[in-house]
Amino acid sequence: MHEHDVIVVGAGGAGLRAAIAAQEEGADVAIVSKLHPVRSHTGAAEGGINAALREGDSWEDHAYDTMKGSDYLGDAPAIETLAQDSPEEVIQLEHWGMAFSRDDDGRVSQRPFGGLSFPRTTYAGAETGHQLLHTMYEQLVKRGIEVYDEWHVLDLAVTDDERPEDRRCHGVVGYDIQSGSIEGFQARNGVILATGGLGQVYDHTTNAVANTGDGVAMAYRAGAPLEDMEFIQFHPTTLPSTGVLITEGVRGEGGILYNDEGERFMYEHGYANNDGELASRDVVSRAELTEVNEGRGIEDEYVHLDMRHLGEDRITDRLENIIHLSADFEGVNPLEEPMPVKPGQHYAMGGIETDENGETCITGLYAAGECACASVHGSNRLGGNALPELIVFGARAGHHAAGRDLGRAEIPTGKRGDWEPGAVDTPVEPGSVRPSGDAVADGGTAAASTAAQSPTGLVERATEEARTHVDSLLANDDGRNHSEIRDAVQSTMTENVNVFREEESLKQAVEDIRNARRAYQNVGVADQSRTFNTDLLHTIETRNIIDLAEAITLGALARDEFRGAHWRKQYQERDDQSWLKHTLLSWNDGSPELWYKPVILEGESKKYEPKIRSY
Amino acid sequence: MSTQLPQQTEDETTTSEVEKESSPPQAPLTDPLSEIETDTEHDDSHEDEDTYVLKVFRYDPEIAAKQEPRFDDFHVPYHKGMTVLDALMYARDNYDSSLTFRHSCRQAICGSDAMFVNGKQRLCCKTQLSDLEEPVRVEPLPHQDVVKDLVVDMEHFYDQMESVEPYFQTDDLPEGELEEQRQSRQNREKVKMSTRCIWCGACMSSCNVAAGNNDYLGPAAINKAYRFTMDEREGDEMKQERLEIIERENGVWRCQTQFSCTDVCPKDIPLTEHIQELKREAVKNNLKFW
Repeated sequence: MHEHDVIVVGAGGAGLRAAIAAQEEGADVAIVSKLHPVRSHTGAAEGGINAALREGDSWEDHAYDTMKGSDYLGDAPAIETLAQDSPEEVIQLEHWGMAFSRDDDGRVSQRPFGGLSFPRTTYAGAETGHQLLHTMYEQLVKRGIEVYDEWHVLDLAVTDDERPEDRRCHGVVGYDIQSGSIEGFQARNGVILATGGLGQVYDHTTNAVANTGDGVAMAYRAGAPLEDMEFIQFHPTTLPSTGVLITEGVRGEGGILYNDEGERFMYEHGYANNDGELASRDVVSRAELTEVNEGRGIEDEYVHLDMRHLGEDRITDRLENIIHLSADFEGVNPLEEPMPVKPGQHYAMGGIETDENGETCITGLYAAGECACASVHGSNRLGGNALPELIVFGARAGHHAAGRDLGRAEIPTGKRGDWEPGAVDTPVEPGSVRPSGDAVADGGTAAASTAAQSPTGLVERATEEARTHVDSLLANDDGRNHSEIRDAVQSTMTENVNVFREEESLKQAVEDIRNARRAYQNVGVADQSRTFNTDLLHTIETRNIIDLAEAITLGALARDEFRGAHWRKQYQERDDQSWLKHTLLSWNDGSPELWYKPVILEGESKKYEPKIRSY
Repeated sequence: MSTQLPQQTEDETTTSEVEKESSPPQAPLTDPLSEIETDTEHDDSHEDEDTYVLKVFRYDPEIAAKQEPRFDDFHVPYHKGMTVLDALMYARDNYDSSLTFRHSCRQAICGSDAMFVNGKQRLCCKTQLSDLEEPVRVEPLPHQDVVKDLVVDMEHFYDQMESVEPYFQTDDLPEGELEEQRQSRQNREKVKMSTRCIWCGACMSSCNVAAGNNDYLGPAAINKAYRFTMDEREGDEMKQERLEIIERENGVWRCQTQFSCTDVCPKDIPLTEHIQELKREAVKNNLKFW
């Protein structure tokens, strides 16, 4: 068994920042990641990092824009923390040598982004995430922080107290992809989940193949509630054939969207009379699909994004990466032709419920970055707010897990503050196929027989259970292949739980996911090798995809209003009377339980009053 | 460590062993998945009935049938825009789930899927099938130990990358918490290409010098050193130290300017040029201190 003070799961922006922070605080920290750090999907982020760095801008304005963008579903303490901490974190990156784009005076450049009242998106060409990821990994090397790379975390070792709020996380179980060995990792102080996105729940996504939401699913099954899962961001400009992202920076620099009739539809059809192409992402995605649905799409599928008028010099200077992406993955030279674009799954606003220090309701279990929900983004994330989230909350989780006093969190987690029960009418029972309480047999959380068991014993037991589980998957060598089940889930989610949502379709998805779960009961692994067995790895990931697809769909079915990225055909108004509250879903040992907690709109020195959101 | 592929010859090629017959997988009596309407248009309705033949290297030290390296043929239905990575994924998901390769982002930024395709180091996700001669031969990166199928051991590559102090160093940060260092646009432009490296290892695998001398830093690590040596923010003293690192016995002077690294770099980094520029800097520096 391995032992460290702090274990970080995942090595993208949030994980790397958390590890560095924990070490700054004096902790013995290690990262466990299924990918080598430089392979993480943070590297694919293009646009930039919002930070109020300049005269004329302020953290208060950044917070206000973010709250408005969230459609008043973000929690003020989390939003204000993001806006306050982002400037120093960005300057920290600069001091670590990050190759930001520069103004003539040598200072870091900033540009306009959707939904922002000031051009505060700090960037490095159209490859900001790549530069950030590599800069942070360089710091990891410098500090000699240990990385168990190509180790996939199978499960958390959490005590089995009745209430999740009384549980404690003592470590994780890791699977060495290269050798096939399964070993325990005990964390003396805490485990920080930084596993990133869950885009593989859908089939047209900007997310990597590795983005299967492992940490979110693991925390869910261990008892940490998932928050606001129904809010999925569909980015308005992805390449139709692959889902490759075309940064919002193209529109920030002046790129224009046209329909098949050559109309600049954001204005001409009145979707956003003030901000046009730079309206918030949810607004632009719905506009594009409405154009396509009303017969004004190109090839009935997409619209055009034109940046030719910006000129080759400016494009090469600020957006060069886009020229390569468009040419390599769509065969279109954007200096000569407009790029075809359509909405694609991009980001999960929801995730593991945390407070503004990154802590979940389970003691010693933290989450940061896309897998977490603090909540900063509420029902819609603004462009340029994901990267600061990684570094701000990665740092806070790392510091806090290593023992720094960050003050008492204002956001309550678990059923500690105000909460109310919820209910949702589903055509079939969600949750575990097997009887409730048998979560371990279902590949779920590893629970200790008694709460008094030693941390070491708990991690050992979880490790044994994971070994048994993997052996049983390998033993079923003529079972169902995971890829069929995964395809079925992705297909129903893309068909039924997309930008426009209808009650019947959502119910269909619940049934389809149930069927996928039943099929998964007979899943098997054909590859019998212990060496680099990706058949086994993808089989394990598919289980996570099923749990998360269900959580997204249940939230979408429960929320009968239109807010941010969540649009319901029968309920096309935001309903502040009933819905200024977060959707929470607890796994509850296999019988998912829906409940709600109020949004916190009271900030440090003011209350954010919900207003009509127009751009 | 060995830097050679396991021995393999054409004789060991097995053909059509895993070619898929048209029989669908056996469905249980009540198949839960059959109730899910799938978007068939997305899956299989390729208007173009063409198939591409891939000859894929197979090896697994643990599985008896794969302990002797061999090539398997896969016939993959082609659609416009299909990349080598798409074809490998199709073959794995439809024909043989044990087919093993690294991949993640599918957009040439994670650097996981550099392989030896038709005799050249390429990133599979940005290589169009239509640009290749058939059969498309896919092998692991040469000059690295093969772990399994198309997966190679990257440890040596990472060790070289990390041996050049690959992190920003300066003693001269500006006063004031929110003060950034200044960097001219020209200087940022100067280091820009070098910062594009995605650690895919294609260059190192293509380099004859690295193949013959395991201690040679190799193009990627030297490029990493270039990225910092040329960054004006580090200051002159640090530049001096940087030049000492790349002048070591197995540093820049081993490069024989064959340009193979530059030829294969999927991010178009002018690696050979960067190495030569460091040589010139080193010479200028040495003359100065003569």
